[in-house]
Amino acid sequence: MKINEIIEKINARAATSLPDEDFELEKAFSSDLMSDVLTLEEENILLITGLANVQLIRTAEMADIDVVVLARGKKASPEMVELASENGLVILETPFSIYRTSGILYSNGLKPVY
Amino acid sequence: MAIELNFTIEGGDFSNAGKASSKIKKVLKQLNIEAKIIKKIVVAVYEAEVNVAAHAYSGNVKALVGENDVVVMVSDSGPGIENVELAMKEGYSTASKEVREMGFGAGMGLANIKRNTDELKIETTVGEGTTVTFRCFY
Repeated sequence: MKINEIIEKINARAATSLPDEDFELEKAFSSDLMSDVLTLEEENILLITGLANVQLIRTAEMADIDVVVLARGKKASPEMVELASENGLVILETPFSIYRTSGILYSNGLKPVY
Repeated sequence: MAIELNFTIEGGDFSNAGKASSKIKKVLKQLNIEAKIIKKIVVAVYEAEVNVAAHAYSGNVKALVGENDVVVMVSDSGPGIENVELAMKEGYSTASKEVREMGFGAGMGLANIKRNTDELKIETTVGEGTTVTFRCFY
């Protein structure tokens, strides 16, 4: 799915700036457990999570995650935005729950990692 | 010639855990190492950094980035590990509630370091601290 389509479908707001060109994401993973995210062998994925802290951004950086979606109205702190921007990571905020976000993106073609 | 990088980590300071792995990632990228290999190395370093922040009083990371491999030594002053075999087992953890609330402490760290590295050595003395040394080939 294209990033702009993802934003539209989950009613999201981008907390970081978006890349100039619309880009394509193929797979996603949902988790609040960073230890689990760090075991993923795939790269360039979208992560849906209820966790909103600096450790999430660090984890995303190490795990080669391109986009994180903060579910259920969680907001990115200025520290998170700064760190994400340094590393070219996109943070999206959605009012939808992890379940609903995952369901919408799955049914629109974003594949699961496992 | 190897590039040497040194970092310090304070126990409990999660906001700075990740600085070493972030810097190491940038250096490896500049050396044009394959992305999949870089990920394995930096995930291992990050797991080790989180372990120091979660369990120790203070620690340091020393990375030797060579032509064919990287050797990382993460040493800490801390409680040490009572049973290394148990600590290596996935799911076993002595992490606090606060650490778990941050998304860690699931007992997967050391096992994940082992999975991502080619050589791993854990030296620990209860009441003194732990040194985790690992090596990854490019």
